[in-house]
Order: sequence, then structure tokens, then C-alpha cells
Amino acid sequence: MTALLQLTGTVIMPDTHALVNDFLNKLKKRKIEGSKATAKLTAELLRSVISQQRLPNTNQAGALIHAIKAIGEQLTAANHVEVAVGNIVRRVLHIIREEDVSLTTASIGGLSLQGLSDDEEDNPLVSAAVAAAAARTTLRPPSLQTLLEDMPSHSAAAAALHHSSSSAGDSEDKTKSTDKNSRSRKLKHNVIETVNELIQDIATCHEQIAEQAVEHIHHNEVILTLGSSGTVIEFLCAAKEKKRSFRVFVAEGAPRYQGHTLAKELVARGLQTTVITDSAVFAMISRVNMVIVGAHAVMANGGVIAPVGLNMVALAAQRHSVPFVVLAGIHKLCPLYPHNPEVLLNELKSPSELLDFGELSDCMDFGIGTGSPLLHVVNPAFDYVPPKLVSLFITDTGGHNPSYMYRLIADYYSADDLVLQQRPTS
Amino acid sequence: MIPPARHASDNLSRAVGMAVPTVSQLRVHPPVDSLQAGSYALSDSVFSASPTRSPSSRIGIDGEFSEDSANWIKRDNSGRLTAAVPTGVPDLTQSIEASNNENNGEVVGGPPQKNSKLLKAKTTKAERRALQEAQRAAKASAKAPEQTSKPEKQANQKKYVSQLASSSVVHEKKGGDKPLEKDRKKDMPPPRMQFDNKSWVEKAKKRSVVKQTEARNRVEIFRHLPQYERGNQLSDLGSSFFQMGDMHPAVYKVGLQFLAGDIMWSNTRCISMLQAFQKVIEDYSTPPERTTLARDLTAKINASVSFLNECRPLSISMGNAIRFLKARITKLTLAQTESEAKTSLCSDIDNYIQAKIVLADKQIVIHAVTKICDGDVILTYGSSSLIEMIILRAHELRRQFRVVIVDSRPNLEGQQLLRKLVEKGLSCTYTHINAVSYVMHEATKIFLGAASVLSNGTVYSTVGTACIAMVAHAYHVPVLVCCESYKFHERVQLDSICSNELGDPDVIAKVPGRTNNCLDDWASKENLQLLNLAYDVTPADYVSTIVTEYGMIPPTSVPVIVREFGREHVLI
Repeated sequence: MTALLQLTGTVIMPDTHALVNDFLNKLKKRKIEGSKATAKLTAELLRSVISQQRLPNTNQAGALIHAIKAIGEQLTAANHVEVAVGNIVRRVLHIIREEDVSLTTASIGGLSLQGLSDDEEDNPLVSAAVAAAAARTTLRPPSLQTLLEDMPSHSAAAAALHHSSSSAGDSEDKTKSTDKNSRSRKLKHNVIETVNELIQDIATCHEQIAEQAVEHIHHNEVILTLGSSGTVIEFLCAAKEKKRSFRVFVAEGAPRYQGHTLAKELVARGLQTTVITDSAVFAMISRVNMVIVGAHAVMANGGVIAPVGLNMVALAAQRHSVPFVVLAGIHKLCPLYPHNPEVLLNELKSPSELLDFGELSDCMDFGIGTGSPLLHVVNPAFDYVPPKLVSLFITDTGGHNPSYMYRLIADYYSADDLVLQQRPTS
Repeated sequence: MIPPARHASDNLSRAVGMAVPTVSQLRVHPPVDSLQAGSYALSDSVFSASPTRSPSSRIGIDGEFSEDSANWIKRDNSGRLTAAVPTGVPDLTQSIEASNNENNGEVVGGPPQKNSKLLKAKTTKAERRALQEAQRAAKASAKAPEQTSKPEKQANQKKYVSQLASSSVVHEKKGGDKPLEKDRKKDMPPPRMQFDNKSWVEKAKKRSVVKQTEARNRVEIFRHLPQYERGNQLSDLGSSFFQMGDMHPAVYKVGLQFLAGDIMWSNTRCISMLQAFQKVIEDYSTPPERTTLARDLTAKINASVSFLNECRPLSISMGNAIRFLKARITKLTLAQTESEAKTSLCSDIDNYIQAKIVLADKQIVIHAVTKICDGDVILTYGSSSLIEMIILRAHELRRQFRVVIVDSRPNLEGQQLLRKLVEKGLSCTYTHINAVSYVMHEATKIFLGAASVLSNGTVYSTVGTACIAMVAHAYHVPVLVCCESYKFHERVQLDSICSNELGDPDVIAKVPGRTNNCLDDWASKENLQLLNLAYDVTPADYVSTIVTEYGMIPPTSVPVIVREFGREHVLI
């Protein structure tokens, strides 16, 4: 607790502390399955942190950001592969910044109107225009139009602002403090509202993606998928409900064999399904029209962190010119660029899934004295699919090219939040 | 083949025969140019015909003419010779009519189906027929077809003789033109049985010894392949052993081993099958009825082969071995006694096994070991006896390398190879096929075994080989396929669907290490099919080189090996 205080310099409430610790444990022990569930839980946790955070009088947004960043740093350190956690943290930070900016512009507008109405009663229109111009310049990057519009009145507006704020500050302290209180309450309120919207989006991302199924799946198609993904199930079933007839080849996805559960689910909903082994993917893909898979995470360059085996499928699809479609909710979009993702964004799971522990004990001679172990068993959990192998991303905001994904980052994340690690306070 | 219009040519020859005397005189100085043939190519044939030349490309008149010129010359009973003999149809028609009028009741050799009619033909119809024949002759001459006809001695000869002769002549002629066409057609591999052809399937079922039950939940794409359940066939076979009758117990035993999966690898299957056939030959005795050893033995071998095929579809290497054996049987001469023939066949089989399999393997190991250097990381897939030999030999030579074994369901064959290598003290890495992208960046060379290599360079091998080769190609790692030359085949194949083997689908439903699998009741769901492919096809551009006992060849050279070394079995 004290260490946390020293690090962050802000106070974190004790009840949230318990919540955070609980979530950290779950992450470390890999108890949460799937990025959607992780994202939802992270968002809910951050919402409770925000609502219980006591904010100082000045610079509330900064304090909030500081607190969230501290927690986010811990969360991402607990599970480096689950990038959805970091995504949600950054989304929340972006939300805070955005709400802060919008409140500031509103308050500037309101403040200047107040101040100006005292001083310059004869020119309410001018003051309103000045306020509007000021708001525009603070919020938007300079464009040609704004520059041309504001040129003559720019200096006057700046002077008026300065004048009005100083004059307002001198004259009306009480209103200012009440304003600030209401503003802080407003900030929290807005942020929590937007975070609620975020949670709602995460929960309904499947439906929004599934709505686009009809555009992509037509009659008598053959679709290949590997492993299992909730998004893929909803996608295929949405097409089925629109009376499109198609067949699905499901590769079982060893060593977790999630393909079996997917096949069972699809058959229960009335789809023609064939289960094949992963080694038969190249053999069967010549008869396949489209490959549809889910993703674990989408990186900023358009590369995909996917369940193991999908790189092989993507290469086979490229060889046979079969479109490789990745379904991903926006909460999976990570603003970081991958560096050596096969190693750094990967996890090695237990070798017992491949080989029983005692299987080769009778033939391994431990007397050979080189010291290095004779037998490695490698069981990676994820695969990296480079963007050139992906034909299309289908997200809840529509279909995108892999080369476009970096542009979506600007909509959802701020550049200041890319690095969650705090600078050490000197 | 255009059937020769014999009757027309007869008439024409007869007509020309009328004109022979002048023509023969003209022959001394053949003024070819003076006689314009028009649409006729007759002039050439008339003047260039030589008695010794076999009937060649013209309207056969020259043939008849050349051989029967003497005869014809004698027949100058009409003086009606037109100076320009071959100049036109009208002249010929007239001459034909003239000849017909003169040879009144004489039957002219015509097409066989008309002959019976001609025999009964009344003379009053002769004119109509003559007109018809003249028209037909005109059409035939206008085409200037390559027609041959037997040089008929007499017009009155029986038609069937001429028919036979003409057919032989035609053959001879065609043989002269393209001597290898028949042989080339024989080179084409016969079309394989397609199991979506109902009539074939019915016939096959009647002949079959092993009772097959229809598989449930067939995969549509593979309807052309046999999909039989093998689970309950063992007990059926066991109970029907005493009704086997003609089947030799050695063949029966091998068939059961195939069915049960005790013998799996293509080399082992081939060797065990050949050894079973050796026993069949040793115990064989020609039945006293009127058949030769060759024919009866071939029939027996065929029966055994179809039984083995029902137990488990034959691999390509086994097919090649059977072809070799049958060729040897047909080469047996009648001069040999039965025991001599049997011993020679058995020794032939032994030589085949030794030369094509055992010694070839040793040679391949010598070639391949040169490619393993210190510090290499060798990646291999599944379990191949040849690859195992190569790796162990390199280890004996004290090369420092390590091995990555990639394995896949449902057979998990890589564990057997892993066991053998770990026993010898090699450091190995073991993984499953989905993780091949993860391990490929540390591999330096890929060694793969094959069930066969086809003539377009594609490698027909255990399912999953194509995935490994593809990922290796993407990471620029060289792929070496090691395969004996007796497994090469002249067939071609583009993808893995056209020809494959379907395995037991239940194996897919059972996941190792779990007691209740979610797909346990898959048969009850009609929308669900499980597919267990045994082979797949790797395109030639993924393979860097193929190591055979003849050396290391690129995949494009496989048809050369098939052609040069495959047919005559030069080693034996």
C-alpha cells in the first residue's frame, strides 16, 4: 500500500485495492478464458476504481489518469500475452482525456460568456463568437479554414479570453469553486457513462460482427476454420439464419481440440460440418472458398495473434488464393507494433498435452553426461500471422484492410498512453 | 481408321487395268507432268508404283496395279483405252461401265456388308451399283485418303480373307508410320476404379471376399473413394477362415495384419506381401487341366491381390511390385519345368527385395548423410524408416546435430521415431504440427519420407507433409525427400482429393487422455462427418531435391527415372 503511494503519489482507496489484487491473481493464474471476458472484467474493474477515486480540486483528469496508469501497469505485467487488458486500460485513459477536453471547452465557453457578459454587455454576439472560436482552436488541430477564419479576430479572442478569465477569477471565487466541484462531478459522471458504453460495446461485439455475415457468405460455399471462437459461431449462425446454405470444415486445433466443441455447436444449429485433422488442412483447402477465423489480438500493423496453427492455414490459403478473413472486436485492437511476436507475444503451455510425462522414461539414459536435456517438448499457445496473409478484418465497425488498422488506433487511443510505465519520479 | 473402299478401288483398278497397255508403255519414260491428275492423285501412284513397295498412301490402285499389272495387262479384252487415263471422273465412269458391261455377272469385290447382296445382285442392278460406286470413288478420290487395300489377286476372292488381310495390312501400315504408338498407349496407367460408379461397385462387391459395411456419414467430396468401416471386419474374417478355400494362409495372414494395422509402413507392407507371394509360389502346383503355369499362377496372384486390396487399399509401391511379378510370370517360357519356373520366380522376388529396397536404402543413406553437417537442426515429420536410418548413420559418424520431430494426430507416429532416437542419445525436440511455424525458424534442413513420387514431381506422402513443406518454403528452409526409385509411378496428380485413402473416422473423435469426448456420438448426427485422410500431395515446387539410390535429383526428373529405369527392371 505504501509502496503504491510512493510510486504513484496518489491515494488509492483500500476497497478497490482488494478488487485489483483479486483480478491480478486471476490474470496471473490464467483463470480467465478469452479476450472478450478479460476485456469486460478489466473495464468493470476500472469503472469501480474511477467511481471510488477521490479527486483533488485541480487537474482531476491528470489525477485520474495517474491512478489508472498505475493499475494498468500492474495488470499488463501480470499477463503479457493478454493484450486486451492493456487495450482496455488505454481506452479508459483515452476516454478520460476526451471527456476532460470536452468539459474544458464547454466550461471555457460558459466561463467566457459569464465573464464577458459582465464586462462587455454590449457585445454578446462577439463574445459568443470569440468563445466559439476559442473552443475550436483549443480542440481541433489547425486547419486551413480555421486559420483563415480566426486570423483577424484571433489576437482579440486570446486577449479577451485572458482578460475574461483573469477578471472572472478575481471577481467570482465562489462561483468558480462551485463550478469546479460540479465540473469534477461531471467529469467522473461522464467518464463512467462512457465506460459503461464501452462495456456494452464489448458485450455486443458479436452481434455487430454477425450482422455482416450475409455480405460475405453466399450459397454453396465451403468455409474452413480452426479451433473455436465465439465470434465465428455467431457469424456462421447468422448466415445460416438468412437461409444461406454452406458447409464448414473444422480443423480440430490440437492440442486443445476446441474444434470438436465448435463442430458440436454448429451441428446443433443445423450446419453441415466436417471435422478434419490439422495436418489435412493443405489437402482440403483446395476445395474451400473462404477461411474464417477469430483472433486473440490484432496488432497495430495489421498482424494477428491467433491460436497456434493459424499461420499454417494462412500460408495454405495464400497458396490457393483463398480469402483469409479474421473476425475481431475493436477491443482486441492493440496500439503496439509487434516485435518478434513468435517469442515475445507467445506462451508455452504444458508439454504434458503432447507427451505424457512418463512416456519416454524407460529409454532416456540420464547417464549421458552432456548436462543438456535430451528432450525438449514445445507447446506454444499462439501463432503470429503477418498482415500480408490476411485478406480482411471484420470488426464491429465494419470491414477493414490490414493496412488500415493503424488508422483506427487514433480513434480509440491517445498517443500519450502507449507506454503505461510511469517515469520514475525524481 | 477409314475403312478402305475396296470395291471402288477394284473397279478403278480394273478400269485402269484396261488402260494398262498404253500406260506401261508410257512407263519407260514416265512423263508425270503430262498426265494431269486433277483431283486424282492417281498419276503419282500409277507412275511411281514399284512392285516391291508395300501398299502406300494412294487409292490402293498402285498396289493392285503393281502386283497385278501382269494380270491386268493380259486382260485387254477391250480396246477401249483412253489416252489420258486418269483425267477425270467421266472417263473413268465410262470405263467402269464398260468394264461392268463386259464382266457381266462378275462380282466385284466390294465392302463386306454389300457382298452378300452383290452375290444375289441381278445384272439389272449392276448399272445402278456402278453409278453408286463411281460416285463413291469420286468422293474417295476427292479426299485422297490414305487407304490401303489388300492386293487382291482375284476379284472373286472370298471377302473374309480380304478383310483379314486388309486389317493386317492396315496394322502393318500404321506400324510403319508410328512404331511406338501402341506402346505409348500401353504406357498410360489404366484408369483406377472410381467408387461413385455404381455398376463397378456392385461388381466389386460380388467379387469381394471381405464383407464390407457401408460407412456412416460419408463425406461428399470423397464419394469416389472406398469408405469402409474396418472395425468389425476382423471378426468376420476370422470366422470365415475355413471358407477361404483357395486363399493361401500366408496371404490371409498378411491381409489380417494389414487390416489390424500391425503392418503400416509402405516398405514393410511391400516386403511382407512379396514374401507371402513367395510362399504361394512355392506351394503352387499346376492343375492338371489345360492351363499353363503362367496363366493359372497369374490368376491366383490376382485373387490374392484383390483380397489384400480389400483388407487395406494397396499402396503405390505394392502396385509396382505386383506389376513386376506379373511381368516375370509372363516371361516364363514353356521350356522350363514347373520346379525351375518356381525357383526362378522366387529368386526373382528375392532379388527385387534386395536390389530395390534393401540395397537402395543403403545407397540413399550414403547420399543423404553427406547433407548433414555439424550444427544442423534437422526437422522431420512423422516416422519414416529411411529417415531414421539416415539420422542414426549420421549420428554414428559423430556429426553434431539435433533433430526436431513434428507429429500429428491421429496416429502420432512421431513418438516411435522419438523413442528410437532418444534411446541412441540424440537430442530431440518434439512438437505437434500446429506449432511448425514456431519451430521452423530454428530448423536448417527438412528431411521427409514419401509413399511415392508421381510423374509430375509431386510427392505423395503421409497427410501433413504438404503443410510442413509449405511452411519450410515460406521460411526458406530446404526440403529433401528421400524415396526409393521403385516407389516412383507414372501417374500424375494435382491435388489430394482425386486419389487418397480414407482411414477410420472414429479415431478422430477420440482425444488421447480424455474419457468423455464431446464427439463420441458423432454417428447419430447426420450433419456431422469426420474425415481421416491418410495421404496428401505436396506440389513439386516445395521440394528442393529427391534423394534416390541413383543420386539426388530434382523433382522434375522423376519421369525420366520412371521411363529409363522403371520398365525393364534393368537391375534384375
